Amino acid sequence: MPLSETGDLLRVEGLTVRFGAVPAIEDVSFALRPGETLAIVGESSSGKSVTALALMRLLDPRACSVSGRALLRGPDGRETDLLALPERAMADLRGRALGMIFQEPMTSLNPVHTVGRQISESLIRHERLSPRAAAARAVDLLAEVGIPEPARRASAFPHQLSGGMRQRATIAIALACRPRILIADEPTTALDVTIQAQILDLLHRLQQETGMAVVFITHNLGVVAEIADRVVVMYAGQVVEDAPVAALLEHPAMPYTAGLMRSVPRLDAALHTGRRLLAIPGNVPDPRQRPAGCTFHPRCGHARPDPCLRARPALEWAAPDHRVRCARWQEIAA
Amino acid sequence: MTRFVLHRIGQSLLLLLLVSMIGFALLHLAPGGPLAQFALTPGMSQEAMQRIAHQMGLDQPLPAQYWQWLRRLLVGDWGRSYRDSQPVLWVIGSHLGATLELMASSTLLAMILGTGVGVLGAIRRYSLADYAAMVGAMVALSIPTFWFGLVMIYVFSVRLAWLPAGNIATAGDGSLLDYARHLIQPCVVLALVTVATWSRYMRASMLEVINQDYVRTARAKGLRQLQVLVHHSLRNALLPMITVAGVQLPILLSGALVTETVFTWPGMGRLFLDSLGYRDYPVVMGLLIFSAILVLAGNLIADLLYVVADPRIRLT
Ligand SMILES: Nc1ncnc2c1ncn2[C@@H]1O[C@H](COP(=O)(O)OP(=O)(O)O)[C@@H](O)[C@H]1O
Ligand SMILES: [Mg+2]
Repeated sequence: MPLSETGDLLRVEGLTVRFGAVPAIEDVSFALRPGETLAIVGESSSGKSVTALALMRLLDPRACSVSGRALLRGPDGRETDLLALPERAMADLRGRALGMIFQEPMTSLNPVHTVGRQISESLIRHERLSPRAAAARAVDLLAEVGIPEPARRASAFPHQLSGGMRQRATIAIALACRPRILIADEPTTALDVTIQAQILDLLHRLQQETGMAVVFITHNLGVVAEIADRVVVMYAGQVVEDAPVAALLEHPAMPYTAGLMRSVPRLDAALHTGRRLLAIPGNVPDPRQRPAGCTFHPRCGHARPDPCLRARPALEWAAPDHRVRCARWQEIAA
Repeated sequence: MTRFVLHRIGQSLLLLLLVSMIGFALLHLAPGGPLAQFALTPGMSQEAMQRIAHQMGLDQPLPAQYWQWLRRLLVGDWGRSYRDSQPVLWVIGSHLGATLELMASSTLLAMILGTGVGVLGAIRRYSLADYAAMVGAMVALSIPTFWFGLVMIYVFSVRLAWLPAGNIATAGDGSLLDYARHLIQPCVVLALVTVATWSRYMRASMLEVINQDYVRTARAKGLRQLQVLVHHSLRNALLPMITVAGVQLPILLSGALVTETVFTWPGMGRLFLDSLGYRDYPVVMGLLIFSAILVLAGNLIADLLYVVADPRIRLT
């Protein structure tokens, strides 16, 4: 179905990335609506970053093979498949239609250039501003992301800023050309809790102001409740659940999602019920030796030899807006 | 910053002192010694020898001689050449230009070539070009400079007669083209000494940079590949190369010595070998000190440049 009919801004279909013969992500699909915040959640090494980098076409084509489609609806309503675009055309979209921020504010800025310059570059490249106009705009952007004394900070080098300030600066870079989609790969994971909250607030405010859609990647389901409209849960390189945030948090259909929820530290719950934090036992399997059947079965309390070990479950519709990859979701729900 | 500079200058001076002591001691204790030249003069009597030794202060204990020599050195009196009685500093000065010209041109060549090859090797890692560069560097490092120089002369001067076999210019010509034609061979030969090392270091430095997060950030901005390469990779990868350049200076100097000898290039290297042959000790000693100053100053400048070029280093 064309995007104009579904109203989606971005639709990912069958996205698969292989490093050599090893599939890092398999058949990933989801849709993003204009102005929406989509959270991609999953434990470490479940394939979230690879998904984001594949969409931005930032993976080294010599190290991996990418297949599938990622349809983006342009301002004129036309669809473009990001994965089929020539590199030059893709570079035109990067930083302009698609902005990205990364997990590590300490290393994602170039240490030898000033913060202001690193913002101006996008503006000069995409909006063809003069270096002076771009520099002035960079100062405005720094002010916008809540950096005090923006004029002075624009001429500072990254190492002269704190982690939180650096992350604000990378947000300013990503948003310089007002992208329609912002992909944020664990933007708060490396930060202190108080700074995390500030950055989340900032992203929320900027989203309200600009109307952009956000793909917010996190391993923390606790953050999701605050910011997301929709949640895609990933496990071992696959989408295992996809639902609106309220439905997902109230009735998680996939045992993995339920497990993630139990492992979120929640102050109120701990105080009132004395319930202890329950981490999911075991680890995400190595992509070279994923278990047969359901990839989650070795860690799942609901697993049965039949059907869980027999075949890889398909992603099924549990409700009109709710997909789940579990052979027993109906029995478990009952 | 001032403290750092003073500290480094102090360090360099101390090293210089050490080099001068060792050099002085070696030259004076070596068989022959400064008097050997007179011993060959026919009809030289034992008394005459002693008289000369006394006149030159050679009958005093070595530390005293060294102290004398050092004091004069510090006030700019580097002694006079035994050969033609010219002041040593003047003799060195008249050969300095040729050496600097050779070193500068070959360094420029080596840096441009080495940077290009290193960057290409890094971004096309394990490609045919990368392997070719790797083998080329190994060959270049294992060929003795003098042998390469002689082969060049044989091919381009003797067989093909394209280029002059030596010297800095044809007497009486003086055109720029003539200078250039003379420079080509020694420049290439000397560049060979450093280009291999430079390109290997450049490749390693570049490989480290291109996998950094900030390069990915630059690509995520949609910058053109060339822009990412130059502003966000090469710019960073060149930083440590400043130090490499400083460290390579002694190798370059000894390479210049051999190259100048092969191509009868009228520079300090030639002067050094000639002076050794004549046992012209004041000039030999002067050259030793002078090249030590050159190397230490070069490294000092490299360190300072690094501080200026890398914004992360802020010295108090
Ligand atoms: N460059 C790479 N080469 C090989 N395997 C990779 C590479 N990048 C990621 N992977 C593999 O892909 C899987 C998913 O990684 P990633 O997307 O980084 O996880 P997440 O972001 O969810 O923590 C991991 O098993 C990881 O080992
Ligand atoms: Mg990740």
